[in-house]
Amino acid sequence: MRVDPIGKLLLGLGTGVAFGALLEKGGVARHDMIVRQLLLHDGRVATVMGTAAAVGAVGVYALERAGKTQLSVKPLQPVAIVGGGVLFGAGVALLGYCPGTSLAAVGAGRRDAVAGVLGMLAGAVVFTWLYPRFKAQLEAGNQGKVTLPEVTRTPRWPWIAGLSALIAGRAALEARP
Amino acid sequence: MSAAQVGVLAALRRTAWSPYAVGAGIGMLSWFAFATADHPLGITTAFEHAAALLGGVASPSLEHGSYFSAERAEGSPPKIGWEWTLVGGVFLGAWLSSRLSGDRPKEDVPALWAWRFGDGRATRYAGAFLGAALMMLGARIAQGCTSGHAISGVLQLALSSWIFAAVMFAAAVGTAFALFGREGARRV
Repeated sequence: MRVDPIGKLLLGLGTGVAFGALLEKGGVARHDMIVRQLLLHDGRVATVMGTAAAVGAVGVYALERAGKTQLSVKPLQPVAIVGGGVLFGAGVALLGYCPGTSLAAVGAGRRDAVAGVLGMLAGAVVFTWLYPRFKAQLEAGNQGKVTLPEVTRTPRWPWIAGLSALIAGRAALEARP
Repeated sequence: MSAAQVGVLAALRRTAWSPYAVGAGIGMLSWFAFATADHPLGITTAFEHAAALLGGVASPSLEHGSYFSAERAEGSPPKIGWEWTLVGGVFLGAWLSSRLSGDRPKEDVPALWAWRFGDGRATRYAGAFLGAALMMLGARIAQGCTSGHAISGVLQLALSSWIFAAVMFAAAVGTAFALFGREGARRV
């Protein structure tokens, strides 16, 4: 069985501790806040996600340009992305947590999230059984690891600037008296 | 303690931070994850690898049609790695954060769920289990979740992740309205 070196395991642990604390402080590890977001009555979950993506994009692309990291883009397999997205969204609405916030909710003492984490394990077992049987269908029409700047033949910076402007605009609107 | 340490402790003792501060923190955490481990923040890969390794232990022969013989396209072979300790860390970090703020409500059934489906624990746990299983199945089919696709993939401007984020949000909003209804939306 392959195991990462201990240093890398500890880095993962430290990154996870910070991630879990941030999710808990954001209040997004709560069923009612996530369902309120999905009923379009509370924008905080989307704000956390959008701000994370905008801030993350600036630094990750700077690191990549400086040769300090490699991007890790997931392949565009249309059936898998759309089919998986529909199952994922329906599941999140019924559960009221997403995978990361389920774990954070268990840490914060919410017992219904324990049932969620057990369900996640069950879903993963079902997936490993189904995957070899439906591999060809799921991967049909694979477009590979493509990014928006590549498919639109545009530079990266307008996309990153656009994401940041979207978040800044939202913050400005919210700050109005 | 220095003033900075006092400030950090005071912040950790607070119940809730601004969503912009939390989002910026997660964004900067993704810089750290890319810089130190070449990894996007993601939760569900560890679950797939755990399930695959469990299945491998249960039936070690690599017969035709098994997960291992199928070779996940553009994925990495199962191992005990960074992703596993990340998952453990998320649990630990939320535990620490909630202990420091004292915000640990003792509720088995969330209020909004109880209003719609009653306050029976069995119904809630069954709903959570089923929803989570569907969610994980979808995440592994699409190779990512809210963290791996909707945050880490969107920030890398990956086309797959932008499509996933739009589809999953639409499906989640539609299902939430079907489950909780317009009255639920008015009530919240």
